[in-house]
Amino acid sequence: MATRTTSEDAAVTFDGVSKNFGDVKALDHVSLAIGRGEFMTLLGPSGCGKTTLLKLAAGFLAPDSGTVAIDGKCVNDVPTYKREIGMMFQNYALFPHMSVAENIAYGLKTRHVPRHDIRRRVAEALDLVKLTGMEDRKPRQLSGGQQQRVALARALVINPTVLLLDEPFSALDKNLRASMQIELREIQRKLALTTIFVTHDQSEALSLSDRMAVMSEGKIRQLGTPLEIYRRPGDRFVASFVGDTNCLRGELLSVAGLEAVIALGGAQIKALATHLLDTRASSLVDLFVRPERLRISAPGEPGSMIGQIVTQTYQGGHVDLQIACRACSDNLLMVRSAGDLAMTHWPPGTEVGISIDAEGCTAFPLP
Amino acid sequence: MTPRSTYQRLLGYAGWFVVILILAFLILPAAVVTIAAFNDKAILSFPPQAWSWRWFERALAYPDFRTGFQNGLIVTAWSSSIALVIGAMFAFVIDRYQFALKRAIEGILVSPLVIPHFTVGLGFLILAAQIGWSRGFAVVVACHVVLVLPFVLRSVYVSLRNLDSSYELAAASLGATPLRVLLTITVPLLLPGLVSGWLFAAILSFNEFTASLFVTSQRTQTLPVAMYNYVREFADPSMAALSVMYIVATAVLIAFANRFLGLGKVLNIEQSY
Repeated sequence: MATRTTSEDAAVTFDGVSKNFGDVKALDHVSLAIGRGEFMTLLGPSGCGKTTLLKLAAGFLAPDSGTVAIDGKCVNDVPTYKREIGMMFQNYALFPHMSVAENIAYGLKTRHVPRHDIRRRVAEALDLVKLTGMEDRKPRQLSGGQQQRVALARALVINPTVLLLDEPFSALDKNLRASMQIELREIQRKLALTTIFVTHDQSEALSLSDRMAVMSEGKIRQLGTPLEIYRRPGDRFVASFVGDTNCLRGELLSVAGLEAVIALGGAQIKALATHLLDTRASSLVDLFVRPERLRISAPGEPGSMIGQIVTQTYQGGHVDLQIACRACSDNLLMVRSAGDLAMTHWPPGTEVGISIDAEGCTAFPLP
Repeated sequence: MTPRSTYQRLLGYAGWFVVILILAFLILPAAVVTIAAFNDKAILSFPPQAWSWRWFERALAYPDFRTGFQNGLIVTAWSSSIALVIGAMFAFVIDRYQFALKRAIEGILVSPLVIPHFTVGLGFLILAAQIGWSRGFAVVVACHVVLVLPFVLRSVYVSLRNLDSSYELAAASLGATPLRVLLTITVPLLLPGLVSGWLFAAILSFNEFTASLFVTSQRTQTLPVAMYNYVREFADPSMAALSVMYIVATAVLIAFANRFLGLGKVLNIEQSY
């Protein structure tokens, strides 16, 4: 389990926060404490409340009930401009009528920093994001990646208590996104800066976060490290939203201690019984299996299911195989095979055996 | 590619012909007046037999036109500037806040579009007489403010709608107070809309005749009123000469705005940034 962050050493705390927009419950009694220097990701589909939570931290919205605290102090009645936050917007929101240097200096001028200090700190910030020499450019003369660096520099230069990021990578192409993510994370670690990062991209969340909160319908469904969330999803929603997964329907044979045995098309699978303690034997359960936890073997091997390759999708480093399998109610199974041997070994139409690595399974009772 | 049939080609030519005809029709009055302005004879006839600049000289020297021009500038500068301030404030309030009677207030602000200009002029004339207001510039300016307000309001409102609120939020997150956000972010980004609103108001005010006829006196008459009074007595081409100068001046003004702000931005037909 994740180490609990208590509100005393938290940089940002949400305590029983609710927010409604008309009849829509955007946030429903959400509590979350973000530790100092922690990179916290709010992950969820659109409309899950993650952006609303970020706006509450920024002060763009006020909660209907509950409290928001920054640095241990309740900020419910503190306007945005007094909150000492750094924010990066999805479209960067660089001021189009100001140069790069003026954009970065904006937050320093509002704080009445002396002019020679401003010049020095702007230069330092530009150095941090590797844009030295771009001072006099206008935002529209910069590439998407450069604009993002300016937005980051502008948010960082004021030494904020917390950095708020609203889907900042969504407008970048894939290669640039990956390198910007690494760079952002490096800077964030170097400055030990508390960060709240909002995204709907689960791979982004897994690769960047110290901890992540998976949200849906105004609630936090699970809070934990990326490893915990991926390996031990807390409910069906988290299991299917974070990472690729296969859902197989089986029959619960027995629960003994923390181990459940599930019958699946003639095979018997052992899985953690965490979510099955109240489920009676011989009832149906759903087994969520990651595609890399399924292995292809010779057909007829004991403990394996029979299937037929439908498609191969070559991904460079691995191959995704779609397999039709009678044991799983004719749903297509996705199997991830490392390397590219699968391309030649198992062309479409091949009959194969599929066995499940019990380590990567999570079972849930039917909803 | 399939070859175009004769029918389609004819249709194409006919289309071009109609377009040219319409454009010619639009330019026709200005073209006729321009040519007539250079007529040497003392009558407004077309086409002229001999050419001269003398009507331009007469128009420039005629005292009523000179004072009318000056009065027009005074009235225009005041009325469009006052309308800009009032219109911008109302546009801001209507765009940003929800309140009761919002629709009603919007309706009243744009009502001069529905009410004829002579009604507005007559109204101000009666009002001024009633409260003992002398028929000075104040009445004319007040009247023009009412007439041009809807256009300014519209122009600023459209630019406000197009303004991405994340700029203002970003400024607030950087520690800017609401006033600072307004002065350093909102107003500079709205500048094209404000300038276009002002320019539009200025051109309308300077051209306004119907209401001005009621509210101006001999001392405060604007150029269109002076031209009307002139044409009641004389029918020489100095009117045409004045029109040509008018057109040139307006074109120069718009070219100036285009040079420094971009005409597309000023007229709100382009995305500002």
